[in-house]
Formats: sequence, structure tokens, C-alpha cells
Amino acid sequence: MWQIFHKLGSPKWFFGIASTLMPWLLVAGAALLMTGIVWGLVFAPQDYLQGNSYRIIFIHVPSAFLAQSVYIMMAVAALVTLVWRMKLADVFVTAVAPVGAVLTFLALFTGAVWGKPTWGTWWIWDARLTSMLILLFLYFGVMALGAAISDEKSSARAVAVLVLVGVVNIPIIKYSVEWWNTLHQPATFKLTEKPSMPAEMWVPLLLSVLGLYLIFGWLACLRMQTHILAREGRTRWVKELVQARGN
Amino acid sequence: MHPIRKKRLTIVLFLLVGVSVAVALTTYALRQNINLFYDPSQIAAGEAPVDVRIRAGGMVEEGSVQRDPESLKVEFKVTDFTSSVLVEYTGILPDLFAEGQGVVAMGRMDGNGRFVADQVLAKHDENYMPPEVNEALEKAAGKRAAMPGATGESSAGY
Amino acid sequence: MAFDSFSAFLAMGGHGPYVWACYAMFFLLMGVVIWWSLRQRRVVIAQQQRRAAPMPSADERPTASFTRIESSQD
Repeated sequence: MWQIFHKLGSPKWFFGIASTLMPWLLVAGAALLMTGIVWGLVFAPQDYLQGNSYRIIFIHVPSAFLAQSVYIMMAVAALVTLVWRMKLADVFVTAVAPVGAVLTFLALFTGAVWGKPTWGTWWIWDARLTSMLILLFLYFGVMALGAAISDEKSSARAVAVLVLVGVVNIPIIKYSVEWWNTLHQPATFKLTEKPSMPAEMWVPLLLSVLGLYLIFGWLACLRMQTHILAREGRTRWVKELVQARGN
Repeated sequence: MHPIRKKRLTIVLFLLVGVSVAVALTTYALRQNINLFYDPSQIAAGEAPVDVRIRAGGMVEEGSVQRDPESLKVEFKVTDFTSSVLVEYTGILPDLFAEGQGVVAMGRMDGNGRFVADQVLAKHDENYMPPEVNEALEKAAGKRAAMPGATGESSAGY
Repeated sequence: MAFDSFSAFLAMGGHGPYVWACYAMFFLLMGVVIWWSLRQRRVVIAQQQRRAAPMPSADERPTASFTRIESSQD
């Protein structure tokens, strides 16, 4: 088991695996996401209360879900950075943080635009919305800290500590709607119960969540490869690979 | 595991536990500020301050909405099914405002146990369903509005 | 199909601007992230190619060069 773990840490090995995975991730992700969105926009029935404005859910929930999952993945990578000093874990954190920030922004933006016609306001400082805004600033902080420290190793450690400290915000986002009075409604999907929506609504939603997950996987591979190429420029395999592409 | 890694892991776990405890205590101490609104039971128990801008939230009680024919003034009762508060509001209500639906009102308590609101927001629940299903549910429930309790019946059909 | 006509689909029962603004922002930002990531990758590959290639004639040589000092764990 430890052998696989250490192999995973090798940038060269990862680069190869990522190259084979990427086309599949992109094709499957785009297909699932587009199916989910078209199904949700065109074929899913409207909601008895909100009418058609609820169709924003088919991108709001995937963005919000990914925004939090990406942070959890970053926290795991940060733990690996701190304990095992694995280079690839830090590559993941730095490569993925901007994507997480964009997804969080999208969740906030689509939520605000959805809130106007349903709640009657773009923004309210309730626990769910505020903790989500904190998540956005955490992503910004990770990006800024990573860019501010030029030494690769100290940068990796500082960023990992920030990511790990920030992970306490994730359960707060998740349970904010249960622990406190909020304007945001509780979760429609629960692990233990049936979703509080009919299948013709939750199936497209699930498809778009899975699709965005795979697209994120593709983006993560792509961005990690870029970071590896930039960092490992002095190694033989990168030189060979780069020259093979060029000429 | 290598002893040095074990040591690092312990340090990291201590860091995490420490931060979690700090955040938990802070949010617990500030819970009344983090709560977006007071519910009617809290207001009835006198927990909500009088003449300070606060929010009150709950369900609009069935049959309690009274519109003033000459102006935009509306009166309705907000309930959490144990106590209720009379809310007075002048202005345009959100589209989703209806009896049996959730609301959050911003305003202040006057001395007579009346909540004078200057903003009313609609709060919906986590249940989504097609209009036909809702109609069938309401018919089945003998025209009692779809309360959260109806969820079990609706999802059983799928 | 939840809509009778294409114009009803665009109108979204009066919520058209809200729904379409969200989808537009989603595709715009995802597109920008993907475009930017692909561009970054091309830039880095070009950089590494230049570094790996033998130095061209003296007048084309950059006035200053940066050498990263880092050790590989590979």
C-alpha cells in the first residue's frame, strides 16, 4: 500500500496517468453536465411554488457542492504535504485553488440571482451565505499566500496550514441551516433519506453534479500537469517530453 | 509509520482540534447573533428586545392574512405552531408570500406585542415538486395546505 | 417537455432574466477558467522548450536570465 502511495507522489508517474485519464474525464464530464442541464432546463417539470426560477438549481447546487468538495480535497492534500512532504500534494493545492474560488463565486452569484425572485433579496447575512462567503475568502487567501512566498517549500507548508485551519468552515457551511435560523432552506439531499424532490428533478441534478465533478477532475489534471512542467523543468523527463512536443 | 511523520501528524491533529474547539466556542457564544431571526416562541417568552430592529420568522398562519383595501397595509400572524406573533407591514410582498409559507420579517416589536415590519422576505422549504403533485396532495389532505409533514407522502410515490 | 413554445422557454414564466443570467455567468466563468488553464499550459511548454533548446545567436539572447535552483525528488 505504501508503495502505491509513494508512486503516487512521483510527478512523472502522475503526469502519465493524468494524460491517459484526461480525454475520458472531459468527454464524460461534458456529456453528463450537458445532459443534466438540458434535462433540467427543458424537460424537468416546474416547481409548484417557485415556477421556473428553480431551474437555477441545476447549476447552483453543482457549483456549491463542488466548491466544498474541492476544499475538502485540498485539506487532505494539505495534510499529506505537512506530514509526508509529498510534492504532488502541494501541486494539487496550488493548481486547484483558483478553480475552487471560481466555483464558490458561481455558487454565491447564482444563489443571489435566485434569491431575488424567491426570497425577495439578493443577499442576507445569514449563517449559510456568510460561511460560503468566508469560503471564497479562504480560497483567495490560499492563492495569495501561495503567490507571496517564493520559496517552494516554505510556501507549500504555509499554504497547507492555512488550508487545514480553514477546513473547520466546511462543517459550518454544511450544518449552518440546521444549527441556526437561516433564510436558506435545509438541504434537499440527505445521505440517509430520500431527496425531497421527485425523480424527474433530482436525476438531472445528480447528472449535472457528477458531470461538473468530472470536468473538475479534467481541469485539475490539466492544471497540475502545467504546474509539474513548470516546477520540474530541470529534470530529464520533462526536457525530453517538452522537446518531443515541440519539434 | 516513520516516527518523525507520526510526530508531524500529531501536531497537525492538535492544531485542527484546537482550531475546531475555538471556533465551536465562538459560534456557541455568538449563537444569538448568528441566528438570522427570532421565532414566535422566543418573542412570546420575551427573549426578543423591544424597540430594537430585529427579524422575526416562521410560518404565515392559515387564514390570518388581512389586507387593508385602501392601502398596501397587511396584517398577518407568524407562527411556529406553539405561539404566534401579529405582524404589520406596509409594502409589496414577495411573490412567494402566501398562507402556510415561511417568512422572515425585519422590523421592531412595539410595546403591545405587535411586530411592525419594514421588510418581508419569503422563506421556502427544501421540498420541490411539480404543480400537479402539489394539487393532488392538497386534495388528499382535504385542502389543508402542504405542510412539511406531507413530504413523506409525496416522496413515497417515486 | 415542460414548455409549449420556444418563447415560453426563453421567458421562463417571467423569470427568464434571472435564469439566463445564472447560466450565462456559469458558462462564461467556466469557459474563462478552461481557456486560461490551456493558455498557461502552452506558455509553460513554450518556456521549457526555449530553456531546453541550445542558445541561439548572441544578439537574440535575452539580456537577463533566471535560473531556478531547485532539486527534484523524482
